[in-house]
Amino acid sequence: MARKLLLEHINVPGINTLDVYRQKGGYRAVEKALKTLTPDEVVEEVKKSGLRGRGGAGFPTGMKWSFLAKPEGVARYLVCNADESEPGTFKDRYLMTYIPHALIEGMIVSSFALGANTSYIYVRGEMMPQIRILERAIAEAKNAGFLGKNILGSGYDLELYVQPGGGAYICGEETALLESLEGKRGNPRIKPPFPAIAGLYGCPTVVNNVESIAAVVPIINDGGDEYAKIGIGRSTGTKLISASGNLVRPGVYEIELGLPVEEFIYSDEWCGGIANGKRLKATVAGGSSVPILPANLTLKLANGEPRLMSYESLSEGGFATGSMMGSGGFIAFDEDQCIVRNTWNFSRFYHHESCGQCSPCREGTGWMEKVLHRLEYGHGKMSDIDLLVDVSKKIEGNTICPLGDAAAWPVASAIRHFRDEFEWHVNEPVKSLSTNYGLANYADPIAKAVTIEN
Amino acid sequence: MLKVEETQPVEFSSALIAKCDEIVKRYPEGKQKSALLPILHEVQAELGWLSTSAMDKVAAYLDIQDIEVYEVASFYSMYFLKPQGKYVLEVCRTGPCCLVGAEKLMGHIEEKLGVKENQVTEDGLFSWRGVECLAACGYGPVLQIGPEYTFYENLNEQKVDELIEDLRKK
Ligand SMILES: Cc1cc2nc3c(=O)[nH]c(=O)nc-3n(C[C@H](O)[C@H](O)[C@H](O)COP(=O)(O)O)c2cc1C
Ligand code: SF4
Ligand code: FES
Repeated sequence: MARKLLLEHINVPGINTLDVYRQKGGYRAVEKALKTLTPDEVVEEVKKSGLRGRGGAGFPTGMKWSFLAKPEGVARYLVCNADESEPGTFKDRYLMTYIPHALIEGMIVSSFALGANTSYIYVRGEMMPQIRILERAIAEAKNAGFLGKNILGSGYDLELYVQPGGGAYICGEETALLESLEGKRGNPRIKPPFPAIAGLYGCPTVVNNVESIAAVVPIINDGGDEYAKIGIGRSTGTKLISASGNLVRPGVYEIELGLPVEEFIYSDEWCGGIANGKRLKATVAGGSSVPILPANLTLKLANGEPRLMSYESLSEGGFATGSMMGSGGFIAFDEDQCIVRNTWNFSRFYHHESCGQCSPCREGTGWMEKVLHRLEYGHGKMSDIDLLVDVSKKIEGNTICPLGDAAAWPVASAIRHFRDEFEWHVNEPVKSLSTNYGLANYADPIAKAVTIEN
Repeated sequence: MLKVEETQPVEFSSALIAKCDEIVKRYPEGKQKSALLPILHEVQAELGWLSTSAMDKVAAYLDIQDIEVYEVASFYSMYFLKPQGKYVLEVCRTGPCCLVGAEKLMGHIEEKLGVKENQVTEDGLFSWRGVECLAACGYGPVLQIGPEYTFYENLNEQKVDELIEDLRKK
């Protein structure tokens, strides 16, 4: 059995309550950090652990913490990013629903490390039930003396609040999140300055994902070195994977980084294979924003070696033959799924969610949606395919925040790997309305020559 | 069903005002605008939607300009700027849920309720709409119903029919 650090006790009845959580060893990390470590020592452990941000970008958490500015007499903030809106991602919701104290405990230890006396958990507004769960857990923790003034007699004070969002994917972007927390529209800020210098209310701020913060608990309990022993290379520790799409057992899984993708999809310990006896056509390995890969390149690298669930292996081959770990939202498509339709659906999503500040993103996402719609509905022209590539290139790298890239990559990668399916939609406008292109040759491991763009 | 009409001045209950007073305390002195999103949720939960007069009242309460409330309420997808049905069925329409039948389910809801997306049934009880990924993609198709955002997972046509019947009887 694989090691579990975050979800070990998820099936224990009552683990959502403070009492049961403590019986299972909960709040040991708070006691250890506040009573025996200095804030800098906590940061040091997190650095040693090699933990990389679990929200999508994979930036080393310890390093991010050490960039936090500490001017005299200015408040510092820790803000937890629980906006979880990346299509395919549902691990944070799961963690907060079933084991809310893991996040609260992580918030206390992390706030202590950063010297924050007020911290916020920004939860997407649709997760009202999770907001209630967290509020209840915070009240329990406060009653038990883990929050408030002079926690455990350490002299350290912390207030923790839950802030609901209003329904906007863009508020997952950290500077848009801070704007939203200030009561404004979720327009991402131009960086620099980075939040570590000027974040919430202009004060130094760290924004971390729910899973990153929860991972600080086992890191402090067992030590950063122990954590770093799990995983492979620079992908240390365990990672929550949200598995969705046409799988026998979709759901949230905690894996040790480095697990072969093939094992994750097909083994009974994990997703149990493709549902209804069908075959795998494609995957989006890290949430809707990362490049889509055909089945052959999902399971194997271009050189034929097995692909692993790690930051490095998932991105091996760059954009030509690789994808990304992203948020760990693993979406599987069976042989009956239409790549054109899914690409259109994702483009519609990004168009809907663009904040509208930059014209390449605002206009480009709209164009892509429109062109993909006509391809899907049988009105496409052959030149539309290159038009899409062209528009996606004009968005990429030309926007204030990475939502532009996130909108461009799925389109560019779908055409890169599934161009014949797009062409089929143009050539067979009537047939493509009632049937699907099917599996073609995607399922055969690297049977098809790997195409390198340009 | 609807507690307020478009132009009617609104009153906030004392419970709502007490809740707002509590929310404002979460932020540093002078940063009360941070309370805007949570307060708009509370107001919508009480009144069903955000009329101009309701938004103006929030602006006055937080001591900010009316426009600062309008621009926020119109930016975020959860705030209703028009009256809705008593129950708004919000179905996820994003990619992963579509792989497991969300589009077909939306078609079924449209047929069952007899109204198009964003329209209200004659009895004022229901409206429905597609929304973007609700972070439950492994349990699709899914839908939620405010103001508590109760969640329904692994849906099919039969389960939706039962849900609608249950809500009708409430
Ligand atoms: C459009 C967009 C949406 C994002 N959504 C989320 C999100 O829902 N949750 C999250 O943790 N990070 C999200 N991020 C990443 C955050 O900007 C940020 O990098 C992250 O919260 C940092 O935390 P970490 O270092 O712990 O991963 C998003 C980024 C972009 C550009
Ligand atoms: S890239 Fe898109 S979402 Fe990001 S700031 Fe520009 S317009 Fe807004
Ligand atoms: S796609 Fe429907 S919940 Fe994520």
